[in-house]
Amino acid sequence: MRARLGWVISILLAAVVALPVAAIAWQMLRHEEAGVANPVRDRNAQLAQGRYLARAGNCMACHTARGGAEYAGGRPIATDFGTLYTSNITPDKATGIGQWSADDFWRALHHGRGRDGRFLYPAFPYTSYTRMSREDSDALFAYLQSLPAVARTNQPHALRFPYDQRVLLALWRTLYFSPGSYQPDTSRSAQWNRGAYLVQGAGHCSACHSARNGLGASVAPLTLAGGVIPALDWYAPALHGGELALGRWRDEDLGALLKTGVSARGATLGPMSEIVGRSLQYLEDADIAAITAYLRTLPPASPSAALQPAQPEPAEAERIMKLGKRLYGDHCADCHGGRGQGSAPDYPPLAGNHAIANAHPVNAIRAVLNGGFPPSTTGNPYPFGMPPFGPQLSDQEVAAVVSYLRNSWGNQGGFVSAAEVNRYRSVPLD
Amino acid sequence: MRLLTTNMKSIAATALGTWFAWTLALAQQPAVAASPPGMADRVAACMACHGKEGRATADGYYPRIAGKPAGYLLNQLQGFRDGHRRYPMMNYLLTNLSDDYLQQIANFFAAQHPPYPPPVPPEANAALLERGRILVSEGDRQRRIPACSACHGARLGGVQPAIPGLLGLPRDYINAQLGAWRNGERSARAPDCMAAIARELTPEDINAASSWLSGQAVPADYAPASSLSAPLPRQCGSLPQAAGVTP
Repeated sequence: MRARLGWVISILLAAVVALPVAAIAWQMLRHEEAGVANPVRDRNAQLAQGRYLARAGNCMACHTARGGAEYAGGRPIATDFGTLYTSNITPDKATGIGQWSADDFWRALHHGRGRDGRFLYPAFPYTSYTRMSREDSDALFAYLQSLPAVARTNQPHALRFPYDQRVLLALWRTLYFSPGSYQPDTSRSAQWNRGAYLVQGAGHCSACHSARNGLGASVAPLTLAGGVIPALDWYAPALHGGELALGRWRDEDLGALLKTGVSARGATLGPMSEIVGRSLQYLEDADIAAITAYLRTLPPASPSAALQPAQPEPAEAERIMKLGKRLYGDHCADCHGGRGQGSAPDYPPLAGNHAIANAHPVNAIRAVLNGGFPPSTTGNPYPFGMPPFGPQLSDQEVAAVVSYLRNSWGNQGGFVSAAEVNRYRSVPLD
Repeated sequence: MRLLTTNMKSIAATALGTWFAWTLALAQQPAVAASPPGMADRVAACMACHGKEGRATADGYYPRIAGKPAGYLLNQLQGFRDGHRRYPMMNYLLTNLSDDYLQQIANFFAAQHPPYPPPVPPEANAALLERGRILVSEGDRQRRIPACSACHGARLGGVQPAIPGLLGLPRDYINAQLGAWRNGERSARAPDCMAAIARELTPEDINAASSWLSGQAVPADYAPASSLSAPLPRQCGSLPQAAGVTP
């Protein structure tokens, strides 16, 4: 009996030690597909393609510090595991990627590994970029190499133990990452496949629009079922074609939102304002149409573990709705209309606005507290801004007005508490 | 002695150069695009804190922005957007706005001239107020601190296009700005004249100057002067084109 127990313990111990070691060894040594690139005939066309892909992937937004040199890195990326600082991807030989080859760059994009083989943190969305073709990787690399070199030494990440141990990423990769270029679905149109390629690849939409698990991995990256963006605390709405997502959007509404930041159905705020301003507005209309066509076909998914606050007692609910209605009339109705119908595109409708009404309440709370602007775009250079009401309304008042608009005009979003409002009072700088 | 004279000559030459370059730059400024319709509604977000037409609110912190020189306002808007000047709400709101829009916002508020409220009586003793008055109008020659009025105009109304007036601002706001300049939270394009001056001021100097400034009634015809009446005592990078002048 005792000998048998000893055997069991030995086997368990061996498994606890051997499995991770095996995973690390496998991740380090596994064969890395090199991809196939066609020879470049027209260098200028390749550069133009690379510039376009840099826009589509919004590389500059993360790889540029606020007010810093473009692509020279240094922007802090807050995560649940600590802060990462983006890297310098200008062609500076000492501090950037000036010594990289197109193969090195492919290795980073497709395999998530640095030039020296180190595992890259998945805040760099190689889990999406791995879908990009070798040809597009080369074009993007050629474009980045054509930029002015900027000397700016990368700042070390500030991650907590054990997340600061890069080698442990081998375990994460074993669980959540398999490299692989996009494989076209031959039963679908070329337009649909182009949309899928952009959404799953360069666009890395799942980085925000899919919920992440406790280890920072997207739980179902292809469903785009929406989720709260960790550390940023904004809700990225579901993008599938169901009733609670894009089902009620017309193609032209979605196209307008992606190109200009505003539309008949809603306007961008927070992180999506940046995405439209720096990335999507530069995409060709055909690509916007392809993205729209693809998103529409995503199967409806139930909202991811959205917070369901306790519904107040009927008398309390009535009191909150009454206060909310009065506040709405005083502060909101002039622009958003007495029935939440808005006056699009400058004042978005609140009735049937799935980003604020049917999902997690954080967007509505933050919009009321901090206001915000859609981006300046070619199609909408001087956007109307939502005023911040945080300085003049109490937590109770914000909770009442948000509860009111989430439960009026057909919206069924649940009530919001003053404590929830208070959580979002501070505005992060980045 | 001889070294000192040479030094002073070079300072004077630099200052004169800056002045000429600036005057020249003013004459060459390009025409600004016509403003879009409904600007007041577009920038309603600004007025939530800065008050109707940018006249400030009674809360005693958010500054009046109405009637400030457009170049000054544009510098601040760009500074907030690009993180050189820090205030989370401002940094957040302006993140995704273009230079073109920020120029329009600056022009809009520069053109607003709502009335000023009467000043709040200062809670400071006479000696402190007198020290403030002297700092503002004469500076401190021994410590080589220039008078506020040397740059911000003899009537402290500011100077077009980029030097702000100093009257009609809350004491807390003035204190916070000078404090922010001292510790690097607020900065302007190099050479950052205000940062250099603020670092030479003691907390007592700042308290004296802000107490006196915030207690002054704003004259009815208060407005930025159209040009400097004398060369600036310091080089300031935030003035148009001045950064290109080599000392």
